[in-house]
Amino acid sequence: MKKPLSNWSFDRVKQERIFTIFLFLGLVLVAFVFITLGNMFYQQLEDISGLIAAATDPVVLKAIGISISMALVSTLVAFFFGVPLAYFLARKEFTGKSIIEGLVDVPLMIPHVVAGIALYGVFMRHGLIGAPLRELGIVITDAYPGIVIAMLFMSLPYLVDTAIEGFKEVDPRLENVARSLGASQWKTFREITFPLAFSSILSGAILSWGRAISEFSAVLILAYHPISAPILIYEKFTSFGLRASRPISVLLILICLVIFILLRVSQRRRK
Amino acid sequence: MIEVRDLCKDWKEFSLKDITLDVKKGEYFVILGPTGAGKTLLLETVAGFHIPDKGNIWIEGCDVTLIPPEKRKIGFIYQDYALFPHLTVEQNIAFGLKLKRTSKSNMNMARLKGIMDWLRISHLAHRYPATLSGGEQQKVAIARAIAIEPQILLLDEPLSALDSRTRDYLREELKRIKKEFDITMVHVTHDQTEAMFLADRIGVMMDGEIVQVGTPREVFNKPINERVAEFVGVENIIEGMIESNEDGITVIRINGHRIEGISDYSVGDRVRLCLRPEDITLALSRDKSSARNSFKGTINQMVPLGALTRVSVDCSFPLIALITKRSLEDLGLKEGDEVIVSFKATAIHILK
Repeated sequence: MKKPLSNWSFDRVKQERIFTIFLFLGLVLVAFVFITLGNMFYQQLEDISGLIAAATDPVVLKAIGISISMALVSTLVAFFFGVPLAYFLARKEFTGKSIIEGLVDVPLMIPHVVAGIALYGVFMRHGLIGAPLRELGIVITDAYPGIVIAMLFMSLPYLVDTAIEGFKEVDPRLENVARSLGASQWKTFREITFPLAFSSILSGAILSWGRAISEFSAVLILAYHPISAPILIYEKFTSFGLRASRPISVLLILICLVIFILLRVSQRRRK
Repeated sequence: MIEVRDLCKDWKEFSLKDITLDVKKGEYFVILGPTGAGKTLLLETVAGFHIPDKGNIWIEGCDVTLIPPEKRKIGFIYQDYALFPHLTVEQNIAFGLKLKRTSKSNMNMARLKGIMDWLRISHLAHRYPATLSGGEQQKVAIARAIAIEPQILLLDEPLSALDSRTRDYLREELKRIKKEFDITMVHVTHDQTEAMFLADRIGVMMDGEIVQVGTPREVFNKPINERVAEFVGVENIIEGMIESNEDGITVIRINGHRIEGISDYSVGDRVRLCLRPEDITLALSRDKSSARNSFKGTINQMVPLGALTRVSVDCSFPLIALITKRSLEDLGLKEGDEVIVSFKATAIHILK
């Protein structure tokens, strides 16, 4: 009788040679990320007092708070406008559709500094949108709305693209059936389409939120103040060097990691 | 009940070309046609999922062409069941019931329970669709559709994804449903057996057009043209010329043979004979057969198909016969044997 293959026997490795090779190739990338962050964490471990000092510094906490909360606002805005856009793009065919899809993805491709300059041109005090808003007493540059707008611009493709994929995975025939059963289009969207696409939309929202927190260049140009975490880190780095900037970086990563993991876990639960 | 008038619709690679169709109240109407004929598109347009480019759809005397699907009271069943994967069986079936404003929730529960009992799926109430077999899923889909008491049930290849035993069983169930709930059913399929078994009337659809409407008998025995004949399983289509016609008894000349049939074509017309393979009998000698047509031939191939065997006979023109395994054994036939092939004049359908 032939011996059944155990999970990691030599036979199995030979049988699945392609996966063995691909695993080793893939591990290069994993190691790349792991070593970079691990090294930073490891060095910080030798300077725990520095970390504690950062964690109790009100300036640092405020900057991290701004980053996280403004990223949340940006994600909510992206959600509010992006989900309808994604549903439309997932369901309808029309001429010029690829232009709209391309436009949505432009932020992924241009240097963030360029995006920042473009945004500044529109939202500054004399800008196309900045000027009328100023009439209404709303200032964008160097204010909270500026942070949100910079973050939104850079992170919206992540939400929209993922939501499009999510909606495409919902069989339109399920919607047909729901309607034949008496559900209006709104009801069908609320009870069938959205719940089924929600997992993808949430993934997109998490990506978009993470991207928003990490946005630096565009925020730097549009709203240097109120100072958000990446800008504070950069300022500390240029003025005081690695020792001063690292604890804030580690703190930011730790907080984001915890939130990120919690969201992922809750998403798994839903499934 | 359903009147479709000059319906045109282009959608993706499918199209409907000037479809006119009437389905009577309480009828089991089967739309039979090959893949890609536009059957699903027709059904979805009747349900209101597509707005026609041209033409009208009337239901019980009301023009519903522009009425949204949720107001049409039409149940819809898809081949792959289209159950809501995030809802349990019970929630799936209750989906349409809960949307009815007029009904009370305890009435709903009673109806829900009644339907689940009737279809024998009560034990599945709290399971999710992904955990059910194909047959169970399709029963749930049927329960969900009839729960809202539709006047019309549209079924898009409802049995095609099922294994043959489940298919036979659900076929019976569909008949039972029509009787019990008195629903007008329109059923789309490419399967002739299914059509023959279920249909009161059949509409044959090809390339976006309804080419023939009739009872199963009419469609299977008197196909309107060669393509329909081929599609409904007429395996013998033979070209010939009318030699004489006296009071409808027509003699057709084929390769030096004379075949008798019934038609009103005139002498000299070039025609095609349609003969279903199951209408042919084989014998060892020429006797006791009341059939008018009887020819000597040689068996050149025998292909077993389970209960039946497909026998190809060369009588200077080729014929294909379907013979039961039993009678083949009785006759002791094998490839290369000489046989007498007979068929009745009434079994022949003549096309011009």
